[in-house]
Amino acid sequence: MYVAVKGGERAIENAHAWLAEERRGDPGIAALTLEQIREQLSLAVNRVMAEGSLYDPDLAALAIKQARGDLIEAIFLIRAYRTTLPRFGGSVPVDTARMNCMRRISATFKDLPGGQVLGPTFDYTHRLLDFKLAADGQAPKAPTREAAPSHVPHVTEFLNREGLIEEAPADDTPPPDLTRAPLELPASRALRLQALARADEGFTLGMAYSTQRGYARNHAFVGELRIGTVPVEMDIPELGFSIEIGEIEVTECETVNQFKGSKTEPPQFTRGYGLVFGQTERKAISMALVDRALRWEELGEDNQGAPAQDAEFVLYHGDNIQATGFLEHIKLPHYVDFQSELELVRKLRREAGADTAGDVAE
Amino acid sequence: MKDGIEPELARKAWLGLLARSPATRVTGLMADRPAFDWLRAPEVGSTMVRGRAGGTGTPFNLGEITVTRCALRLPCGTVGHAYVQGRDRNHAEAAALVDALMQTDAAPRIRAAVLEPLEQEAGTRRQHRAAKAAATRVEFFTMVRGEDR
Repeated sequence: MYVAVKGGERAIENAHAWLAEERRGDPGIAALTLEQIREQLSLAVNRVMAEGSLYDPDLAALAIKQARGDLIEAIFLIRAYRTTLPRFGGSVPVDTARMNCMRRISATFKDLPGGQVLGPTFDYTHRLLDFKLAADGQAPKAPTREAAPSHVPHVTEFLNREGLIEEAPADDTPPPDLTRAPLELPASRALRLQALARADEGFTLGMAYSTQRGYARNHAFVGELRIGTVPVEMDIPELGFSIEIGEIEVTECETVNQFKGSKTEPPQFTRGYGLVFGQTERKAISMALVDRALRWEELGEDNQGAPAQDAEFVLYHGDNIQATGFLEHIKLPHYVDFQSELELVRKLRREAGADTAGDVAE
Repeated sequence: MKDGIEPELARKAWLGLLARSPATRVTGLMADRPAFDWLRAPEVGSTMVRGRAGGTGTPFNLGEITVTRCALRLPCGTVGHAYVQGRDRNHAEAAALVDALMQTDAAPRIRAAVLEPLEQEAGTRRQHRAAKAAATRVEFFTMVRGEDR
């Protein structure tokens, strides 16, 4: 039960003022600029864009600054801002085969057209703290090698040629949009992918890890992981044709999974798919594993009762803004609720004859 | 504009270039602006970006991007449109002016002063990234194994 109470205004105002002061920290130290956050904390910016579900690096940098580096709070700010924007339309689906890749690796094929391109990765670093970074901000210049920008084909295309992997034929079904209609079950794959693309990275990682440890095990290999930029194209009614309205960086992961075959499908490899805004490969791989686990029904696999196979469990608990909203609301005043609980417990104790030590102070 | 596919393709190309280019470059190169009337003042909104399951399959909603659009008319009656990435109204205004002027006699001047530099800079950026990526391409070699000796 909720009742209106007054009296907290001054305390709240003062708390906000103190929050602003704490956010600034020691005034003797230079304030962070949004450009610094955008350029030097770019992976935090990417995560906020991905889970905030709005690609705008400057806004994400502002949200991170305002949230004092609390990324879920920053994602909350972005989600709230997003609802104020008029929607101009939906894009033509991005063509990731046309990606200008900065990174592209395959764990399944050593020699593949386009090669294994590592890009600016943490992989193979020794994970030792680098005290040179504490001393100065000088960066070495990245070596270059002559190359013409070109598009590299998807790895799954090679397997497709032998019919060894399930195909993903194009269709033009308008996708459902969970920002416009409440998430309902059963959820189509399109809806699941939207929910996963904006789901919490930690939750998605935990779910994906559970499939690797044996809960709905499906033996995923990273067929391909690529990071790069793709143009975003949209039909413009007033022009009568489509134009590119921007360019975004995305991470795409395709897993290749073992599949014994089912009543309807021959033995072949199956696929899981991850696509996420920005350079976010942990999230993209996790998304692909969870996508694959959730496909058990359409592939005719057994329901092993694993959490990652349970669409309701995954989709209703993966959104960190919904989760934090409900979780954190319990710290807000519930005086009246609690008062009635208190009365109930006292009554039950009296009835049980247990209440001898006196009441809880009121 | 409807007299053929060629002019439409050319217009599509410059509108895309203006949308993808950094706001500061477009506004900087288009500093000298003629008079015009707004048909639609710059408006910030979003576009839902879509992907495809498996890269090629069913479309799904990936997330939104911020976009600014506007439309304007030159005194001669030529209409310019812009849809540009981000929230910079000035970027959209400059882009719509370029779009309008490119349909007039000023086209060669605008192409040389605005579009060509933007195109060149975009090419350099792309080239530079490709060159850095190429330097991280793995060159596998096989070690001589014991039983081969």
